[in-house]
Amino acid sequence: MKQDEEKHLVIELSNISKDYISDEIVTHVLHNVSLQVWKGEFIAIIGPSGSGKSTLLNIIGLLDVATGGTYQLSSQNVTNLTEDELARVRNKEIGFVFQQFNLLKRMTVLDNVILPSIYSGISSTLRVKNAKELLIRLGLEEQMHKKPNQLSGGQQQRVAIARALMNSPSLILADEPTGNLDSKSGEEVMKILKELNAQGNTIIMITHEKDIADQAQRVIYIKDGKVQNP
Amino acid sequence: MHKKELINLALSSLRSNKLRSALTTLGIIIGVFSVILLVALGNGLQKYITDQISGLGSNILFVLPGKVGGTQGPGDSINKLTVANAKYLESRINSIALVSPLISKITTVKYQNKSNKNTQVWGTSSSFPDIIKTDLVRGSFFTTAQEKSGGKVAVIGQTVVKNLFPTSDPIGKKVLISGGRYTVIGVSAKKGSSFGQDQDNVIVIPFSAARKQFSIDTVNYIYLSAKSPELVTFVKKRATEILLSRFEEDDFTIMTQEQTLQTVTSITSVLTIALGGIAAISLLVGGIGVMNIMLVSVTERTKEIGLRKALGARRIDILLQFLLEAVTLSLVGGLTGILLGFLVSLIVSQFFVADITPWSVILAFFFSVAVGIVFGIAPAIRASRLSPIEALRYE
Repeated sequence: MKQDEEKHLVIELSNISKDYISDEIVTHVLHNVSLQVWKGEFIAIIGPSGSGKSTLLNIIGLLDVATGGTYQLSSQNVTNLTEDELARVRNKEIGFVFQQFNLLKRMTVLDNVILPSIYSGISSTLRVKNAKELLIRLGLEEQMHKKPNQLSGGQQQRVAIARALMNSPSLILADEPTGNLDSKSGEEVMKILKELNAQGNTIIMITHEKDIADQAQRVIYIKDGKVQNP
Repeated sequence: MHKKELINLALSSLRSNKLRSALTTLGIIIGVFSVILLVALGNGLQKYITDQISGLGSNILFVLPGKVGGTQGPGDSINKLTVANAKYLESRINSIALVSPLISKITTVKYQNKSNKNTQVWGTSSSFPDIIKTDLVRGSFFTTAQEKSGGKVAVIGQTVVKNLFPTSDPIGKKVLISGGRYTVIGVSAKKGSSFGQDQDNVIVIPFSAARKQFSIDTVNYIYLSAKSPELVTFVKKRATEILLSRFEEDDFTIMTQEQTLQTVTSITSVLTIALGGIAAISLLVGGIGVMNIMLVSVTERTKEIGLRKALGARRIDILLQFLLEAVTLSLVGGLTGILLGFLVSLIVSQFFVADITPWSVILAFFFSVAVGIVFGIAPAIRASRLSPIEALRYE
């Protein structure tokens, strides 16, 4: 396993829980979830719908905050950060790949890839250079100046992956990255994710397809808000 | 985010919704345009009137019947400015001022089978041309002797000439005014019209003749002209004393040119402010249009906001993005409105009064920016407060 070689923790979740309260009825979405992710790991989180796997991914991605427990991301305690501090950490540390791609229609592919870097303060020439390199790496050189809706689903997801890599994050979070794709494009996306992992990127992916999950190094099964031990 | 990027972002999102942006901008354009145009009209009017009054000369004083500024207006009370009072004033004050009463009557004048309607017939004294500038193109004004003897002579305006004497020379001809025959002795120069009133449709006859002709014993005004500008205040004081000695109460008003200017300026200022205020309402409506469209835009782009937040946008980044869009809309509208208002005011000033004031342009500019900020801030705050996961989930 990789952690034996590098001994570097990217994520440490301790007793994370998440409760939603509405009309005085408390719903426990996550229950004392503890999880350690080492640098270079490729993890798949699986579980039935409503199991809390999306909430867990949102908490890991700092889009949502836990109601209990502590969270260390790249040896930084991120449990009690303000909204803007969370935004800064997301910007630097996390790359998101969504099921719906979430590309902005009115922008070109290149501008979509640049998007995370405009909030990070690097110079605009460097941004364009980095984004072009990423697009070339993902085989989208020809599509650079097109609008997202002129691209196939697989191509759009590759643009989204390029965007996720833009700020060289320490963690890539993929929420059902193949969920909206045909199997051929899905395989292509998985191949890219595996390549990125081989290059040292840490990836956490949600999926409900077993054959997709099997391509990860480690599978975490969640049910009723708890991590199930195999 | 850098300023340049924010501006580019605002422009690109406005460009992606061209028709909507244009229509929203139109609201601001109309608002700013009408503020500038109406203020220009109000100011033009003020300038025109004050120029006219100033043109009379700074020595002029007017005696009006009734008390201005009292409980009743000048026209409401019974006119106690009788001819006798005017004569008395003249006899007592003629060492320091020229005096001319004015009787005005609108009637039809005839010459042979031709007639000229709605002519203003003014009965004045022979000193009238020395008080109110009256240029003659032909003949001469009546003399003091002609006035004293009640001579039936007339100085006619250009409109009267045009209608009664289209081909012949009017001098020496007799025109019929309210049944009296008057010999034309002079023709006044063209004055043009002022607020729809033809200033050339005028006949000036001796005061004594007018009094008999129309059987009037009161005068419309008494014009006074101080013999030097320094004497104006003294003339006013003396005239007040003289008239008060004849009246039981001060049922008359003496206005100097300065006071007249002040009164007119205060009236036209209120008019200008009222016009500007009405126009400002349309700017307000335009601003509400901006707010409306920004709220729609925030709702439409909820997902985009969620994505931007997920990718690291802070509240202030989102706030500025939407605020800048609103300000850009109103600024583009404002500048177009200013340009349009300026052009139309220029065109209007060619045939009517309009005077563009720098302050109305500056005000309109800052007002339109303010409209963008005021009406853009609420939608922008709303956008900045969206929770990233909920926004991302929004369909």
